[in-house]
Amino acid sequence: MRSENERVAPDGELRTITLEAYADTIVPGQKRHDGDRAIAGVATGGGAVQAGALELLQWDATGIHDGLDDLARLVNEHATAYAAERSIALDPSVPPFVALEYDDRAALILLLTTPGHPEKDFWVMLSLFCNMAFDSAAHLPTAQALADGHPGLAAMGLSHPDADGLWRFKDFGYGRELARLHPDTTPSGSPA
Amino acid sequence: MSSTAEHTDVLVIGSGFGGAIAAYHLAAGGAKVTVLERGPWLKSADFEHDYKLGSSYTRAFDFVVGDGMSILGGNCVGGGSVVYFAAMPRAPRFVFDRQGSIGRRMWPGAVSRDTLDPWYDRVEESLSVAKQDWNDVSYAGGLWAAACDHAGRTANPLAVAIDNTKCVNCNWMMAGCRFEAKQSLLVNYLPAALAHGAEIRPLHEVQHISRTSDGDYRVHYNVIHDEDYRLQAGSGVIEAKIVVMAAGAGATPVILQRSEAHLGTMPRAVGRYFSGNGERLNTAIIDEKRAAELFGLDRGDGLAYAANQIGKGPTVASWDKLDGSLPEYSRYSLEQLYFPPGLGTILAQVPDAAGPTWFGREKKEILKKWTSWLTIFSMIEDDNEGVFGPPPATGNAHRISQQMLGRGNLRYDPTKNTLGAWAASDAEVKEILEKDGLAKVMPWTNDLVGAYTVHPLSSCRMGDDPLTSALDDRNELRDHPGIFVTDGSAVPGALTVNPAMTIAALAERAVPGIVQAAQRKGISVTYGAPAPDGSRSGRKKVLPLLPTLTRT
Ligand SMILES: Cc1cc2nc3c(=O)[nH]c(=O)nc-3n(C[C@H](O)[C@H](O)[C@H](O)COP(=O)(O)OP(=O)(O)OC[C@H]3O[C@@H](n4cnc5c(N)ncnc54)[C@H](O)[C@@H]3O)c2cc1C
Repeated sequence: MRSENERVAPDGELRTITLEAYADTIVPGQKRHDGDRAIAGVATGGGAVQAGALELLQWDATGIHDGLDDLARLVNEHATAYAAERSIALDPSVPPFVALEYDDRAALILLLTTPGHPEKDFWVMLSLFCNMAFDSAAHLPTAQALADGHPGLAAMGLSHPDADGLWRFKDFGYGRELARLHPDTTPSGSPA
Repeated sequence: MSSTAEHTDVLVIGSGFGGAIAAYHLAAGGAKVTVLERGPWLKSADFEHDYKLGSSYTRAFDFVVGDGMSILGGNCVGGGSVVYFAAMPRAPRFVFDRQGSIGRRMWPGAVSRDTLDPWYDRVEESLSVAKQDWNDVSYAGGLWAAACDHAGRTANPLAVAIDNTKCVNCNWMMAGCRFEAKQSLLVNYLPAALAHGAEIRPLHEVQHISRTSDGDYRVHYNVIHDEDYRLQAGSGVIEAKIVVMAAGAGATPVILQRSEAHLGTMPRAVGRYFSGNGERLNTAIIDEKRAAELFGLDRGDGLAYAANQIGKGPTVASWDKLDGSLPEYSRYSLEQLYFPPGLGTILAQVPDAAGPTWFGREKKEILKKWTSWLTIFSMIEDDNEGVFGPPPATGNAHRISQQMLGRGNLRYDPTKNTLGAWAASDAEVKEILEKDGLAKVMPWTNDLVGAYTVHPLSSCRMGDDPLTSALDDRNELRDHPGIFVTDGSAVPGALTVNPAMTIAALAERAVPGIVQAAQRKGISVTYGAPAPDGSRSGRKKVLPLLPTLTRT
């Protein structure tokens, strides 16, 4: 067990690759290069990692930045136990969570976030921020993220703002009656 | 001691609907009013369109995760009104006869739709609430209306507090209205209160209340750092003859719980009977082709819908189930809504998923269809099952992020009644939107942060029965004369529609009683101010009601 702990020493690269693997499980992307182990490569286009999940997680504004070492260590411990229970042989050259196949990474995150799991709050929060890196680029000014082609905002189809960084939509509705009103409606538009 | 402390006549805690309305009337009537607000004081130019943490969204919000229920509320001068969608319907008549979990009418005998209507009128006048036209309805609202019609239902453009001549349909209402189209309290009651001498202190978070030797109240606050709300920049006390608590239904009971050691036993209902207004969200992923074929919808550029980003919060609701002859827990409204990415996207689930529903491969695929999402908001009748545990060290939550995110002590364990009502409304949303292949629909998951509410209510409610209500029928805290509660925590139960209109009307109704209590404590104050813009027709209707609201 001792060598296991050393192997997942939660600093530098091992921490990063573990958290990347976690983020990639939340919003998967395509591998950045051959031999990319963090990203499982089960989707096309950028995922949470390319969207900047690590930058967001490490920002002190999130409040989870100083817990990342612990989270990386813990998820690797869970991965080791998960693999042992299922007789999955883990590649020792990468941290245990990274060694798991995508579907096992996902199954483990489901277990950790199940209501009643004692650590649920942490994993939900970690998942939330990984997702936010993709769906709202919460570590970047939105207009700049869009201009730079942020993969999440682009994939979701967010439109670009006006030159002053504000959105305005001149055309916003169908402009016609589309249903009968409820018969009991007051003149000012409330339920009678 | 008390001679060196700061004094005010009326100390208002929180500057949302309950706080702003009380502050305005009491200041206009001549009292010295001080408002302590835990959030920052943001101006129009501060309301950026930006999802970056630390920008307008996050600093104006408070998101508290509890056990089984999370609350999203405003955290700034103006409170929820700054971040709300300004849908302002009155509560339907049957709501006031609800029995809920206590088996007898939960509202005070003195309050009904008829007795509240004149107060609703006042609010409509003060906030310029008006019914929208079909021309004001967003693409999302229009699509929802068309779907309701196709499924044999009715649908209504909502009454809103929005000046549509200024609205640009940016859909950033939750970050504050940059264009001053939304009639938040920053453009009516609060400036009017200031004009009458009220003082508003932002970044002042009240922790507890104690008593002075001469029977007044001493309010203890921390000053909050203006960027990192986890930090405190000092503390202080201020003494007042009258305290108006309006910190919102997620915070008022917590302040009272923390005050119990100083003020003595709190009524049993403080911190109990919390309701999330029965909220529930469903995300539909619209089949664009079917939307065009079924309803002939066309944006003019070949697109049928794909307009999730465009609009202004809820514009259309379906009220077919707001039928007073139906049994309790089977009545609800279904409202089209907009929820921006970041705050809610993760809770949307993939219809027909083979793997995980809220994250992963398949979730990414539906994120790519985000512009074709349509969000439907149900407001059912829940069972007031929320209970607040012991208060955290400060405020109403243990703050995690620099802004916005915290962990609170609310526990919400939905009963069969609530679960059944959610299931029925989910089924109806599915029936309407999946008809003829229009969409695929799934409710938001409750597994991550519990149920989710932007409409916290009832944690310190008014009523006639001391066992099940913390306030009497004039909003005064039982056994603690001079402390009034005017925010959403006073509302006895879920309303089946958006609550701000009812919170505001009840706050208007509470003011004559607060004025009378202030007069009895020697404060020179009168009742009778017009609407914040000087309009007087609303006042005419309520003046005759005053004898019913004063105490002998
Ligand atoms: C995103 C969103 C959309 C909404 N849309 C609608 C809508 O369309 N229609 C509708 O009817 N309702 C809507 N609501 C709900 C509505 O905003 C609330 O019901 C309403 O604001 C509640 O009013 P209140 O006076 O009870 O409290 P709030 O408006 O929440 O005001 C409470 C204030 O007290 C402050 N406070 C809290 N603790 C302390 C403390 N310890 N010391 C000092 N100050 C404190 C808070 O910062 C806040 O400003 C929405 C809410 C949200 C979040």
